[in-house]
Amino acid sequence: MTDTPAATADTWTVAGRTFTSRLIVGTGKYKDFEQNAAAVEASGAEIVTVAVRRVNISDPKAPMLTDFIDPKKITYLPNTAGCFTADDAIRTLRLAREAGGWDLVKLEVLGEARTLYPDMRETLKACEVLAKEGFAPMVYCVDDPIAAKQLEEAGAVAIMPLGAPIGSGLGIQNKVTVRLIVEGANVPVLVDAGVGTASDAAVAMELGCDGVLMNTAIAEAKDPLRMARAMKLSVQAGRDAYLAGRMATRRYADPSSPLAGLI
Amino acid sequence: MAPETSGELKLTVNGEMRRIAAGATIADLVESLGLNPQKVAVEHNAEIAPRSTLADVALADGDVLEIVHFVGGG
Repeated sequence: MTDTPAATADTWTVAGRTFTSRLIVGTGKYKDFEQNAAAVEASGAEIVTVAVRRVNISDPKAPMLTDFIDPKKITYLPNTAGCFTADDAIRTLRLAREAGGWDLVKLEVLGEARTLYPDMRETLKACEVLAKEGFAPMVYCVDDPIAAKQLEEAGAVAIMPLGAPIGSGLGIQNKVTVRLIVEGANVPVLVDAGVGTASDAAVAMELGCDGVLMNTAIAEAKDPLRMARAMKLSVQAGRDAYLAGRMATRRYADPSSPLAGLI
Repeated sequence: MAPETSGELKLTVNGEMRRIAAGATIADLVESLGLNPQKVAVEHNAEIAPRSTLADVALADGDVLEIVHFVGGG
């Protein structure tokens, strides 16, 4: 399949780094590293999120993610998943920077385990510290246009509102607030969390988001590779639809065939 | 527990008790665990230990180390 020239030129830039794919995928919950790597390939993603965890010192020869997904070819975006305080998130990302050698990171500070909703007070605190330390934080946040502005002021290089709770697959619950965030932002906006199927990703893109980040929707599909491809296509379709400018809606029907010349 | 043997340091590495010969550096520890220093990051007593300095920092008895790497995540 060949892209149109316009589609090929449609890139996005975060913290000075330019990407063609608007789909960021996670690397959790896969059956094995092989399936994970194949799904990344099928998704066309140029960025993957990764977590930072203790090395298993009892089994140091266990296969590592970096053996399957090459950090030189795919941008690793270290996250702070599992962190419930600003201090934990900052500590995790300092280690991530040392492990990877790059400063583009995903900040998420969670408020509670049941909903995995972001704790915005701690998130803002961490964002400020990280930006001062030279990090480029892409920030998981509530779908609140005011919080989004505050994050931008605190140094966020991308705003990443949830569409629905992490791992829920419920789709974009509040299209109005996501649109308001997009309209108000001077940095890229990506829906992060809540996408369940291809149409959800298209909705996010049609709202004008710069990209979509997902993990479970692909990893827990019955056929993750096929879903990865579906997501790639839906993100492209949604982006094209947004750029094309959709028709206005009408309350009643409007025929597509001419009325003149009817027999 | 046996009393402290001279010439050996007791460390806490990723929450586990480990022993290493006195005078060892962080790089010695990482290698003794069979890890590639290029693929991990080390926190030494709650401070980041830059990779370039791992061979220069001597360990002391009671040191607490965290050795992390990237794993799958969302």
